[in-house]
Amino acid sequence: MSISIKDVEHVANLARLELSEQEKEQFAGQLNAILKYAEKLNELQTDDVEPTTHVLPVRNVMREDAIRESVANETALRNAPDDEDGQFKVPAVLE
Amino acid sequence: MFEPNKYETVVGLEVHVELHTKSKIFCGCSTSFGAPPNSHTCPVCLGHPGVLPVLNRQALEYAMKAAMALNCQIADISKFDRKNYFYPDSPKAYQISQFDKPVGEHGWIDIEVNGQTKRIGITRLHLEEDAGKLTHIDGGFGSLVDFNRVGTPLVEIVSEPDIRTPEEAKAYLEKLKAIMLYCEVSDVKMEEGSLRCDANISIRPYGQEQFGTRAELKNMNSFRGVQRGLEYEEMRQADILDGGGKVVQETRRWDETQGKTFTMRSKEEAHDYRYFPDPDLVQIHIDDEWKARVRASIPELPDARKARYTADFGLPSYDAEVITASKKLADFFEESLQYTKDAKSVSNWIMGDLLGYLNAGGLDLESIKLTGQGLGEMIGLMEKGTISSKIAKTVFKEMLETGKRPQQIVEEQGLVQISDEGAIAEVVDRIVSANPQSVEDFKAGKEKAIGFLVGQVMKETKGKANPALVNKLLLARLNQ
Repeated sequence: MSISIKDVEHVANLARLELSEQEKEQFAGQLNAILKYAEKLNELQTDDVEPTTHVLPVRNVMREDAIRESVANETALRNAPDDEDGQFKVPAVLE
Repeated sequence: MFEPNKYETVVGLEVHVELHTKSKIFCGCSTSFGAPPNSHTCPVCLGHPGVLPVLNRQALEYAMKAAMALNCQIADISKFDRKNYFYPDSPKAYQISQFDKPVGEHGWIDIEVNGQTKRIGITRLHLEEDAGKLTHIDGGFGSLVDFNRVGTPLVEIVSEPDIRTPEEAKAYLEKLKAIMLYCEVSDVKMEEGSLRCDANISIRPYGQEQFGTRAELKNMNSFRGVQRGLEYEEMRQADILDGGGKVVQETRRWDETQGKTFTMRSKEEAHDYRYFPDPDLVQIHIDDEWKARVRASIPELPDARKARYTADFGLPSYDAEVITASKKLADFFEESLQYTKDAKSVSNWIMGDLLGYLNAGGLDLESIKLTGQGLGEMIGLMEKGTISSKIAKTVFKEMLETGKRPQQIVEEQGLVQISDEGAIAEVVDRIVSANPQSVEDFKAGKEKAIGFLVGQVMKETKGKANPALVNKLLLARLNQ
Protein backbone atom coordinates (compact mmCIF):
# COMPACT_ATOMS: atom_id res chain seq x y z
CA MET A 1 0.00 0.00 0.00
CA SER A 2 1.31 3.42 -0.83
CA ILE A 3 0.04 6.87 -0.02
CA SER A 4 -0.44 9.21 -2.97
CA ILE A 5 -0.59 13.00 -2.95
CA LYS A 6 -4.30 12.59 -3.54
CA ASP A 7 -4.66 10.52 -0.37
CA VAL A 8 -2.83 13.19 1.60
CA GLU A 9 -5.14 15.85 0.19
CA HIS A 10 -8.19 13.77 1.10
CA VAL A 11 -7.10 13.16 4.69
CA ALA A 12 -5.99 16.78 5.11
CA ASN A 13 -9.37 17.92 3.89
CA LEU A 14 -11.16 15.64 6.36
CA ALA A 15 -9.02 17.06 9.17
CA ARG A 16 -9.61 20.63 7.88
CA LEU A 17 -5.88 21.15 7.31
CA GLU A 18 -4.51 23.35 4.57
CA LEU A 19 -1.20 22.06 3.26
CA SER A 20 1.27 23.58 0.82
CA GLU A 21 2.43 21.54 -2.17
CA GLN A 22 5.75 21.00 -0.45
CA GLU A 23 4.05 19.79 2.74
CA LYS A 24 1.92 17.35 0.78
CA GLU A 25 5.07 15.81 -0.73
CA GLN A 26 6.76 15.73 2.63
CA PHE A 27 3.81 14.09 4.47
CA ALA A 28 3.21 11.57 1.68
CA GLY A 29 6.82 10.48 2.10
CA GLN A 30 6.57 10.27 5.89
CA LEU A 31 3.24 8.42 5.84
CA ASN A 32 4.64 5.89 3.38
CA ALA A 33 7.63 5.32 5.63
CA ILE A 34 5.34 4.69 8.61
CA LEU A 35 3.16 2.26 6.68
CA LYS A 36 6.21 0.45 5.40
CA TYR A 37 7.48 0.04 8.94
CA ALA A 38 4.11 -1.31 10.05
CA GLU A 39 4.11 -3.74 7.16
CA LYS A 40 6.67 -5.77 9.05
CA LEU A 41 3.68 -7.06 11.05
CA ASN A 42 2.43 -8.80 7.92
CA GLU A 43 5.27 -11.24 8.29
CA LEU A 44 3.50 -12.67 11.36
CA GLN A 45 0.78 -15.29 11.16
CA THR A 46 -2.24 -13.58 12.81
CA ASP A 47 -5.17 -15.58 11.45
CA ASP A 48 -6.17 -16.80 14.90
CA VAL A 49 -5.52 -13.56 16.76
CA GLU A 50 -8.41 -11.29 17.70
CA PRO A 51 -7.80 -7.66 16.71
CA THR A 52 -6.64 -5.69 19.74
CA THR A 53 -8.90 -2.80 20.59
CA HIS A 54 -7.56 -2.06 24.06
CA VAL A 55 -4.24 -2.89 25.65
CA LEU A 56 -5.38 -2.63 29.26
CA PRO A 57 -6.66 -5.79 30.96
CA VAL A 58 -9.61 -3.80 32.31
CA ARG A 59 -13.26 -4.23 31.40
CA ASN A 60 -16.77 -3.14 32.47
CA VAL A 61 -15.82 0.16 34.06
CA MET A 62 -19.12 1.89 34.73
CA ARG A 63 -20.74 4.50 36.93
CA GLU A 64 -24.18 4.49 38.52
CA ASP A 65 -26.87 6.71 36.98
CA ALA A 66 -26.55 9.62 39.39
CA ILE A 67 -26.64 13.34 38.61
CA ARG A 68 -23.59 15.38 39.50
CA GLU A 69 -23.49 19.12 39.48
CA SER A 70 -22.78 20.67 36.09
CA VAL A 71 -20.57 23.71 35.61
CA ALA A 72 -22.07 27.21 35.55
CA ASN A 73 -23.12 28.62 32.20
CA GLU A 74 -20.35 31.29 32.36
CA THR A 75 -17.76 28.61 33.06
CA ALA A 76 -18.97 26.52 30.14
CA LEU A 77 -18.71 29.53 27.84
CA ARG A 78 -15.29 30.65 29.10
CA ASN A 79 -13.47 29.08 26.14
CA ALA A 80 -16.10 29.95 23.58
CA PRO A 81 -14.73 32.00 20.67
CA ASP A 82 -17.93 34.03 20.82
CA ASP A 83 -21.22 33.74 22.69
CA GLU A 84 -24.72 35.14 22.73
CA ASP A 85 -27.69 34.53 25.06
CA GLY A 86 -25.84 31.89 27.05
CA GLN A 87 -24.96 29.95 23.93
CA PHE A 88 -21.81 29.28 21.94
CA LYS A 89 -21.85 31.39 18.79
CA VAL A 90 -20.30 29.97 15.67
CA PRO A 91 -20.23 30.88 11.98
CA ALA A 92 -23.19 29.49 10.10
CA VAL A 93 -22.80 25.93 8.95
CA LEU A 94 -24.96 25.02 6.03
CA GLU A 95 -26.25 21.56 5.56
CA MET B 1 -46.78 8.84 -11.27
CA PHE B 2 -45.98 6.09 -8.82
CA GLU B 3 -47.96 3.05 -9.89
CA PRO B 4 -47.85 0.31 -7.25
CA ASN B 5 -48.11 -2.44 -9.86
CA LYS B 6 -45.21 -1.02 -11.85
CA TYR B 7 -42.68 -0.21 -9.13
CA GLU B 8 -41.88 -1.77 -5.80
CA THR B 9 -40.69 0.44 -2.95
CA VAL B 10 -37.87 -0.61 -0.62
CA VAL B 11 -37.47 1.21 2.68
CA GLY B 12 -35.09 0.82 5.59
CA LEU B 13 -35.44 2.99 8.70
CA GLU B 14 -32.85 4.32 11.13
CA VAL B 15 -34.48 5.32 14.37
CA HIS B 16 -32.81 7.13 17.25
CA VAL B 17 -34.43 6.77 20.64
CA GLU B 18 -33.30 8.79 23.67
CA LEU B 19 -32.96 6.67 26.78
CA HIS B 20 -34.47 8.29 29.83
CA THR B 21 -31.61 7.93 32.25
CA LYS B 22 -31.28 10.65 34.88
CA SER B 23 -27.71 11.50 33.89
CA LYS B 24 -25.81 11.54 30.61
CA ILE B 25 -24.14 8.50 29.10
CA PHE B 26 -20.52 9.38 29.97
CA CYS B 27 -20.81 12.04 32.70
CA GLY B 28 -23.07 13.05 35.59
CA CYS B 29 -24.82 16.00 33.93
CA SER B 30 -28.61 15.92 34.02
CA THR B 31 -30.52 14.88 30.89
CA SER B 32 -33.71 16.77 31.76
CA PHE B 33 -35.43 18.50 28.87
CA GLY B 34 -36.05 22.23 28.66
CA ALA B 35 -33.29 23.61 30.94
CA PRO B 36 -31.68 26.99 30.11
CA PRO B 37 -29.02 26.61 27.37
CA ASN B 38 -25.63 25.27 28.43
CA SER B 39 -26.63 24.73 32.06
CA HIS B 40 -26.19 20.93 31.94
CA THR B 41 -22.62 20.66 30.75
CA CYS B 42 -19.23 19.78 32.21
CA PRO B 43 -15.69 19.32 30.89
CA VAL B 44 -16.50 15.72 29.83
CA CYS B 45 -19.51 16.46 27.63
CA LEU B 46 -17.96 19.72 26.41
CA GLY B 47 -15.07 17.65 25.12
CA HIS B 48 -12.27 19.36 27.01
CA PRO B 49 -8.83 17.76 26.64
CA GLY B 50 -7.74 15.19 29.21
CA VAL B 51 -11.16 14.26 30.57
CA LEU B 52 -12.26 10.67 30.97
CA PRO B 53 -15.73 9.47 30.00
CA VAL B 54 -17.21 6.69 32.16
CA LEU B 55 -20.16 4.62 30.92
CA ASN B 56 -23.53 4.95 32.69
CA ARG B 57 -24.52 1.41 33.65
CA GLN B 58 -28.23 2.22 33.38
CA ALA B 59 -27.82 3.42 29.79
CA LEU B 60 -26.17 0.14 28.82
CA GLU B 61 -28.84 -1.92 30.58
CA TYR B 62 -31.64 0.07 28.90
CA ALA B 63 -29.97 -0.58 25.53
CA MET B 64 -29.72 -4.29 26.34
CA LYS B 65 -33.37 -4.33 27.41
CA ALA B 66 -34.50 -2.56 24.24
CA ALA B 67 -32.41 -4.90 22.07
CA MET B 68 -33.87 -7.97 23.79
CA ALA B 69 -37.41 -6.65 23.34
CA LEU B 70 -36.63 -6.35 19.62
CA ASN B 71 -35.55 -10.00 19.59
CA CYS B 72 -31.88 -9.15 19.03
CA GLN B 73 -28.95 -11.33 19.98
CA ILE B 74 -26.99 -9.55 22.69
CA ALA B 75 -23.24 -9.21 22.23
CA ASP B 76 -20.93 -11.08 24.59
CA ILE B 77 -18.33 -8.38 23.99
CA SER B 78 -19.25 -4.84 23.05
CA LYS B 79 -17.16 -1.71 22.65
CA PHE B 80 -17.30 1.97 21.78
CA ASP B 81 -15.79 3.69 18.74
CA ARG B 82 -15.20 7.25 17.69
CA LYS B 83 -17.11 8.51 14.67
CA ASN B 84 -15.15 11.49 13.38
CA TYR B 85 -16.80 14.51 11.81
CA PHE B 86 -16.64 18.29 12.12
CA TYR B 87 -19.90 19.94 12.94
CA PRO B 88 -20.56 22.53 15.64
CA ASP B 89 -23.16 20.34 17.37
CA SER B 90 -20.32 18.01 18.40
CA PRO B 91 -17.74 19.68 20.68
CA LYS B 92 -15.20 16.85 20.45
CA ALA B 93 -15.32 16.65 16.63
CA TYR B 94 -16.24 12.99 17.12
CA GLN B 95 -19.25 11.17 18.43
CA ILE B 96 -18.82 8.19 20.72
CA SER B 97 -20.80 5.45 19.03
CA GLN B 98 -20.46 1.74 18.27
CA PHE B 99 -19.10 0.46 14.98
CA ASP B 100 -18.50 -3.27 14.71
CA LYS B 101 -19.61 -4.53 18.12
CA PRO B 102 -23.08 -3.14 18.76
CA VAL B 103 -25.08 -4.14 21.84
CA GLY B 104 -27.61 -6.10 19.77
CA GLU B 105 -27.92 -7.62 16.28
CA HIS B 106 -30.20 -9.83 14.16
CA GLY B 107 -33.56 -8.91 15.71
CA TRP B 108 -37.08 -8.51 14.34
CA ILE B 109 -40.52 -7.19 15.10
CA ASP B 110 -43.92 -8.08 13.69
CA ILE B 111 -46.16 -5.37 12.29
CA GLU B 112 -49.76 -5.54 11.13
CA VAL B 113 -50.97 -3.75 8.00
CA ASN B 114 -54.41 -4.33 6.46
CA GLY B 115 -54.97 -7.30 8.72
CA GLN B 116 -51.75 -9.00 7.56
CA THR B 117 -48.85 -9.69 9.90
CA LYS B 118 -45.39 -9.03 8.51
CA ARG B 119 -41.97 -9.51 10.06
CA ILE B 120 -39.44 -6.68 9.73
CA GLY B 121 -35.81 -7.51 10.44
CA ILE B 122 -33.69 -5.39 12.78
CA THR B 123 -30.09 -5.26 11.61
CA ARG B 124 -28.64 -3.81 14.78
CA LEU B 125 -29.15 -1.70 17.87
CA HIS B 126 -26.24 0.29 19.18
CA LEU B 127 -25.59 2.79 21.93
CA GLU B 128 -24.24 6.28 21.31
CA GLU B 129 -24.27 9.84 22.58
CA ASP B 130 -26.58 12.56 21.30
CA ALA B 131 -25.28 15.82 19.77
CA GLY B 132 -26.02 19.43 20.76
CA LYS B 133 -28.72 21.67 19.42
CA LEU B 134 -28.07 24.37 16.80
CA THR B 135 -30.20 27.45 16.29
CA HIS B 136 -29.55 29.45 13.16
CA ILE B 137 -29.55 33.24 13.58
CA ASP B 138 -28.49 36.44 11.85
CA GLY B 139 -30.36 35.57 8.71
CA GLY B 140 -28.31 32.43 8.25
CA PHE B 141 -24.90 33.96 8.95
CA GLY B 142 -24.43 32.55 12.43
CA SER B 143 -25.50 29.70 14.67
CA LEU B 144 -25.98 29.35 18.42
CA VAL B 145 -25.06 26.07 20.09
CA ASP B 146 -26.66 24.60 23.20
CA PHE B 147 -24.73 21.59 24.51
CA ASN B 148 -27.29 20.46 27.11
CA ARG B 149 -28.32 17.54 24.92
CA VAL B 150 -24.77 16.46 24.13
CA GLY B 151 -24.14 13.12 25.81
CA THR B 152 -27.77 12.12 26.28
CA PRO B 153 -27.79 8.36 25.73
CA LEU B 154 -29.34 7.19 22.48
CA VAL B 155 -29.96 3.86 20.88
CA GLU B 156 -29.87 3.75 17.12
CA ILE B 157 -32.08 1.01 15.71
CA VAL B 158 -31.43 0.07 12.09
CA SER B 159 -34.01 -1.99 10.22
CA GLU B 160 -33.40 -4.34 7.33
CA PRO B 161 -34.70 -3.04 3.97
CA ASP B 162 -37.84 -5.15 4.54
CA ILE B 163 -40.38 -2.33 4.49
CA ARG B 164 -42.34 -2.10 1.21
CA THR B 165 -44.83 0.74 1.67
CA PRO B 166 -45.03 4.07 3.54
CA GLU B 167 -47.89 2.55 5.50
CA GLU B 168 -45.66 -0.30 6.66
CA ALA B 169 -43.05 2.28 7.70
CA LYS B 170 -45.62 3.99 9.90
CA ALA B 171 -46.76 0.68 11.39
CA TYR B 172 -43.12 -0.23 12.11
CA LEU B 173 -42.55 3.07 13.94
CA GLU B 174 -45.73 2.67 15.93
CA LYS B 175 -44.75 -0.83 17.00
CA LEU B 176 -41.22 0.31 17.85
CA LYS B 177 -42.61 3.15 19.94
CA ALA B 178 -45.00 0.80 21.75
CA ILE B 179 -42.17 -1.61 22.59
CA MET B 180 -39.93 1.19 23.90
CA LEU B 181 -42.79 2.47 26.07
CA TYR B 182 -43.57 -0.98 27.44
CA CYS B 183 -39.89 -1.49 28.31
CA GLU B 184 -39.84 1.92 29.97
CA VAL B 185 -36.45 2.78 28.50
CA SER B 186 -37.66 6.01 26.87
CA ASP B 187 -40.64 8.34 27.00
CA VAL B 188 -40.58 8.41 23.16
CA LYS B 189 -41.89 11.90 22.61
CA MET B 190 -41.32 12.80 18.99
CA GLU B 191 -42.17 16.45 19.67
CA GLU B 192 -39.32 16.63 22.22
CA GLY B 193 -37.02 14.79 19.85
CA SER B 194 -36.73 11.68 21.98
CA LEU B 195 -37.58 9.59 18.90
CA ARG B 196 -36.12 10.60 15.54
CA CYS B 197 -36.29 8.80 12.26
CA ASP B 198 -34.29 8.81 9.02
CA ALA B 199 -35.33 6.70 6.06
CA ASN B 200 -33.56 5.11 3.12
CA ILE B 201 -35.91 4.70 0.19
CA SER B 202 -35.54 3.37 -3.33
CA ILE B 203 -37.90 1.97 -5.92
CA ARG B 204 -37.35 -0.76 -8.51
CA PRO B 205 -39.41 -2.16 -11.36
CA TYR B 206 -41.47 -5.11 -10.18
CA GLY B 207 -39.58 -8.35 -10.49
CA GLN B 208 -36.15 -6.73 -10.49
CA GLU B 209 -33.98 -8.25 -7.80
CA GLN B 210 -31.39 -5.52 -7.50
CA PHE B 211 -32.33 -2.53 -5.33
CA GLY B 212 -32.73 0.85 -7.03
CA THR B 213 -30.57 3.85 -6.10
CA ARG B 214 -31.68 5.15 -2.74
CA ALA B 215 -32.26 8.55 -1.25
CA GLU B 216 -31.80 9.20 2.46
CA LEU B 217 -34.63 11.23 3.96
CA LYS B 218 -34.17 13.44 7.02
CA ASN B 219 -36.16 15.90 9.08
CA MET B 220 -39.40 13.98 9.39
CA ASN B 221 -40.83 15.07 12.71
CA SER B 222 -43.87 12.86 13.08
CA PHE B 223 -44.98 9.35 12.08
CA ARG B 224 -47.39 10.97 9.67
CA GLY B 225 -44.48 13.03 8.31
CA VAL B 226 -42.48 9.86 7.69
CA GLN B 227 -45.37 8.36 5.77
CA ARG B 228 -45.94 11.52 3.73
CA GLY B 229 -42.23 12.00 3.03
CA LEU B 230 -41.93 8.44 1.75
CA GLU B 231 -45.07 8.83 -0.39
CA TYR B 232 -43.63 11.98 -1.94
CA GLU B 233 -40.28 10.29 -2.57
CA GLU B 234 -41.96 7.27 -4.26
CA MET B 235 -43.60 9.69 -6.65
CA ARG B 236 -40.47 11.74 -7.28
CA GLN B 237 -38.35 8.67 -8.03
CA ALA B 238 -41.04 7.10 -10.23
CA ASP B 239 -41.25 10.33 -12.25
CA ILE B 240 -37.48 10.26 -12.79
CA LEU B 241 -37.49 6.61 -13.90
CA ASP B 242 -40.58 7.09 -16.07
CA GLY B 243 -38.79 9.94 -17.83
CA GLY B 244 -35.82 7.68 -18.56
CA GLY B 245 -33.63 9.37 -15.93
CA LYS B 246 -31.53 8.03 -13.08
CA VAL B 247 -32.10 8.55 -9.36
CA VAL B 248 -29.10 10.20 -7.70
CA GLN B 249 -27.89 8.87 -4.38
CA GLU B 250 -28.19 11.78 -1.98
CA THR B 251 -29.56 13.05 1.32
CA ARG B 252 -32.87 14.88 1.07
CA ARG B 253 -34.71 17.00 3.60
CA TRP B 254 -38.46 16.64 4.11
CA ASP B 255 -40.29 19.97 4.27
CA GLU B 256 -43.49 19.44 6.20
CA THR B 257 -45.22 22.69 5.17
CA GLN B 258 -44.45 22.36 1.47
CA GLY B 259 -45.01 18.60 1.48
CA LYS B 260 -41.86 18.03 -0.58
CA THR B 261 -38.30 16.78 -0.22
CA PHE B 262 -35.25 18.87 -1.14
CA THR B 263 -31.59 18.07 -1.76
CA MET B 264 -29.44 18.88 1.25
CA ARG B 265 -26.09 20.48 0.58
CA SER B 266 -23.88 17.77 1.93
CA LYS B 267 -20.31 17.01 0.96
CA GLU B 268 -19.41 13.51 -0.18
CA GLU B 269 -16.51 13.04 2.20
CA ALA B 270 -18.72 13.92 5.15
CA HIS B 271 -19.52 10.21 5.23
CA ASP B 272 -15.89 9.21 5.67
CA TYR B 273 -16.13 8.84 9.44
CA ARG B 274 -12.82 7.02 10.07
CA TYR B 275 -14.18 4.97 12.98
CA PHE B 276 -11.67 3.65 15.47
CA PRO B 277 -11.98 2.15 18.97
CA ASP B 278 -12.31 4.80 21.68
CA PRO B 279 -9.21 4.32 23.84
CA ASP B 280 -10.88 6.06 26.82
CA LEU B 281 -13.63 3.47 27.17
CA VAL B 282 -12.80 -0.14 27.98
CA GLN B 283 -14.55 -3.16 26.53
CA ILE B 284 -17.86 -4.37 27.90
CA HIS B 285 -18.16 -8.08 28.58
CA ILE B 286 -21.75 -9.22 29.04
CA ASP B 287 -22.12 -12.66 30.62
CA ASP B 288 -25.22 -14.86 30.59
CA GLU B 289 -26.11 -14.08 34.18
CA TRP B 290 -26.18 -10.35 33.40
CA LYS B 291 -28.27 -10.91 30.28
CA ALA B 292 -30.73 -13.05 32.23
CA ARG B 293 -31.09 -10.37 34.89
CA VAL B 294 -31.90 -7.69 32.29
CA ARG B 295 -34.23 -10.03 30.40
CA ALA B 296 -36.21 -10.65 33.58
CA SER B 297 -36.98 -6.92 33.78
CA ILE B 298 -38.86 -6.90 30.45
CA PRO B 299 -42.63 -6.77 31.00
CA GLU B 300 -45.28 -8.44 28.86
CA LEU B 301 -44.87 -6.83 25.42
CA PRO B 302 -47.63 -5.49 23.12
CA ASP B 303 -47.81 -8.58 20.88
CA ALA B 304 -48.26 -10.89 23.86
CA ARG B 305 -50.92 -8.63 25.35
CA LYS B 306 -52.68 -8.40 22.04
CA ALA B 307 -52.80 -12.17 21.74
CA ARG B 308 -54.18 -12.40 25.27
CA TYR B 309 -56.87 -9.78 24.58
CA THR B 310 -58.14 -11.57 21.49
CA ALA B 311 -57.99 -15.02 23.10
CA ASP B 312 -59.21 -14.29 26.63
CA PHE B 313 -61.56 -11.35 26.08
CA GLY B 314 -62.66 -12.08 22.52
CA LEU B 315 -61.61 -8.60 21.34
CA PRO B 316 -61.34 -8.10 17.57
CA SER B 317 -57.72 -7.97 16.43
CA TYR B 318 -58.06 -4.32 15.46
CA ASP B 319 -59.32 -3.29 18.91
CA ALA B 320 -56.53 -5.25 20.58
CA GLU B 321 -53.93 -3.58 18.33
CA VAL B 322 -55.15 -0.07 19.12
CA ILE B 323 -55.41 -0.64 22.86
CA THR B 324 -52.04 -2.37 23.24
CA ALA B 325 -50.23 0.31 21.22
CA SER B 326 -49.84 2.17 24.51
CA LYS B 327 -48.99 0.44 27.77
CA LYS B 328 -50.90 3.04 29.76
CA LEU B 329 -54.00 2.52 27.65
CA ALA B 330 -53.72 -1.25 27.97
CA ASP B 331 -53.31 -0.91 31.75
CA PHE B 332 -56.38 1.35 31.79
CA PHE B 333 -58.33 -1.27 29.82
CA GLU B 334 -57.37 -4.01 32.25
CA GLU B 335 -58.26 -1.86 35.24
CA SER B 336 -61.75 -1.30 33.79
CA LEU B 337 -62.22 -5.03 33.42
CA GLN B 338 -61.97 -5.47 37.17
CA TYR B 339 -65.37 -3.75 37.38
CA THR B 340 -67.19 -5.21 34.38
CA LYS B 341 -66.95 -8.39 32.32
CA ASP B 342 -67.95 -6.67 29.09
CA ALA B 343 -64.55 -6.25 27.41
CA LYS B 344 -66.00 -5.24 24.06
CA SER B 345 -68.01 -2.47 25.67
CA VAL B 346 -64.90 -1.19 27.49
CA SER B 347 -63.00 -1.32 24.21
CA ASN B 348 -65.75 0.59 22.39
CA TRP B 349 -65.74 3.36 24.98
CA ILE B 350 -61.94 3.56 24.90
CA MET B 351 -61.61 3.59 21.12
CA GLY B 352 -64.54 5.90 20.52
CA ASP B 353 -65.23 8.39 23.29
CA LEU B 354 -61.93 8.26 25.18
CA LEU B 355 -59.44 8.35 22.28
CA GLY B 356 -61.67 10.83 20.47
CA TYR B 357 -61.51 13.13 23.48
CA LEU B 358 -57.74 12.71 23.93
CA ASN B 359 -56.92 13.22 20.25
CA ALA B 360 -59.19 16.24 19.89
CA GLY B 361 -57.53 17.98 22.84
CA GLY B 362 -54.00 16.70 22.16
CA LEU B 363 -54.10 15.14 25.64
CA ASP B 364 -52.70 11.97 27.13
CA LEU B 365 -54.14 9.61 29.72
CA GLU B 366 -52.20 11.10 32.62
CA SER B 367 -53.59 14.56 32.02
CA ILE B 368 -57.24 13.55 32.47
CA LYS B 369 -59.15 12.56 35.59
CA LEU B 370 -60.99 9.54 34.26
CA THR B 371 -59.70 6.21 35.59
CA GLY B 372 -60.11 2.66 34.34
CA GLN B 373 -62.12 1.99 37.47
CA GLY B 374 -64.52 4.84 36.64
CA LEU B 375 -65.17 3.54 33.15
CA GLY B 376 -65.61 -0.04 34.41
CA GLU B 377 -68.08 1.05 37.09
CA MET B 378 -70.02 3.14 34.59
CA ILE B 379 -70.42 0.18 32.26
CA GLY B 380 -71.49 -1.84 35.32
CA LEU B 381 -74.28 0.71 35.94
CA MET B 382 -75.43 0.30 32.34
CA GLU B 383 -75.46 -3.48 32.73
CA LYS B 384 -77.64 -3.19 35.83
CA GLY B 385 -80.03 -0.90 33.98
CA THR B 386 -79.35 1.97 36.40
CA ILE B 387 -78.42 4.27 33.51
CA SER B 388 -79.17 4.19 29.81
CA SER B 389 -76.45 4.34 27.17
CA LYS B 390 -77.52 7.89 26.43
CA ILE B 391 -77.13 8.95 30.05
CA ALA B 392 -73.79 7.12 30.10
CA LYS B 393 -72.48 9.67 27.61
CA THR B 394 -73.31 12.44 30.09
CA VAL B 395 -71.74 10.52 32.98
CA PHE B 396 -68.64 9.81 30.88
CA LYS B 397 -68.17 13.47 30.05
CA GLU B 398 -68.54 14.41 33.70
CA MET B 399 -65.99 11.78 34.73
CA LEU B 400 -63.49 13.13 32.19
CA GLU B 401 -63.79 16.58 33.69
CA THR B 402 -64.18 15.92 37.39
CA GLY B 403 -62.92 12.37 37.94
CA LYS B 404 -65.95 11.66 40.15
CA ARG B 405 -67.18 8.10 40.51
CA PRO B 406 -70.12 7.33 38.17
CA GLN B 407 -72.43 6.36 41.05
CA GLN B 408 -71.87 9.77 42.63
CA ILE B 409 -72.55 11.62 39.37
CA VAL B 410 -75.76 9.68 38.81
CA GLU B 411 -76.97 10.44 42.35
CA GLU B 412 -75.98 14.11 42.36
CA GLN B 413 -77.60 14.85 39.02
CA GLY B 414 -80.60 12.55 39.37
CA LEU B 415 -79.65 10.62 36.26
CA VAL B 416 -81.07 7.26 37.32
CA GLN B 417 -82.90 5.66 34.43
CA ILE B 418 -86.70 5.74 34.60
CA SER B 419 -87.90 2.17 34.40
CA ASP B 420 -91.28 2.84 35.97
CA GLU B 421 -93.81 1.77 33.31
CA GLY B 422 -96.54 3.99 34.68
CA ALA B 423 -94.37 7.09 34.56
CA ILE B 424 -93.18 6.40 31.03
CA ALA B 425 -96.71 5.53 29.82
CA GLU B 426 -97.85 8.91 31.04
CA VAL B 427 -95.23 10.69 28.93
CA VAL B 428 -96.00 8.45 25.95
CA ASP B 429 -99.68 9.44 26.18
CA ARG B 430 -98.78 13.09 26.22
CA ILE B 431 -96.41 12.84 23.23
CA VAL B 432 -98.85 10.80 21.16
CA SER B 433 -101.65 13.34 21.78
CA ALA B 434 -99.39 16.25 20.90
CA ASN B 435 -98.19 14.77 17.60
CA PRO B 436 -101.23 13.52 15.65
CA GLN B 437 -99.40 13.88 12.32
CA SER B 438 -96.65 11.46 13.30
CA VAL B 439 -99.21 9.00 14.61
CA GLU B 440 -101.05 9.25 11.32
CA ASP B 441 -97.81 8.71 9.37
CA PHE B 442 -96.99 5.65 11.41
CA LYS B 443 -100.41 4.17 10.90
CA ALA B 444 -100.09 4.86 7.18
CA GLY B 445 -97.03 2.59 7.18
CA LYS B 446 -94.23 5.11 7.69
CA GLU B 447 -92.22 3.14 10.24
CA LYS B 448 -89.74 5.96 10.57
CA ALA B 449 -92.31 8.13 12.33
CA ILE B 450 -91.85 6.11 15.51
CA GLY B 451 -88.25 7.27 15.74
CA PHE B 452 -89.43 10.84 16.03
CA LEU B 453 -91.90 9.92 18.77
CA VAL B 454 -89.25 7.98 20.72
CA GLY B 455 -86.99 11.01 20.43
CA GLN B 456 -89.72 13.25 21.84
CA VAL B 457 -90.25 10.93 24.81
CA MET B 458 -86.50 10.84 25.52
CA LYS B 459 -86.35 14.59 25.28
CA GLU B 460 -89.26 14.98 27.66
CA THR B 461 -87.55 12.69 30.20
CA LYS B 462 -84.17 14.32 29.68
CA GLY B 463 -82.86 11.07 28.24
CA LYS B 464 -83.57 9.15 31.42
CA ALA B 465 -86.38 6.89 30.18
CA ASN B 466 -85.38 3.28 29.62
CA PRO B 467 -85.28 3.18 25.78
CA ALA B 468 -86.49 -0.44 25.56
CA LEU B 469 -89.51 0.38 27.67
CA VAL B 470 -90.24 3.53 25.66
CA ASN B 471 -90.25 1.47 22.48
CA LYS B 472 -92.46 -1.18 23.94
CA LEU B 473 -95.01 1.21 25.45
CA LEU B 474 -95.11 3.46 22.40
CA LEU B 475 -95.77 0.54 20.07
CA ALA B 476 -98.50 -0.75 22.35
CA ARG B 477 -100.12 2.68 22.47
CA LEU B 478 -99.95 3.18 18.67
CA ASN B 479 -101.37 -0.24 17.96
CA GLN B 480 -104.31 0.24 20.29
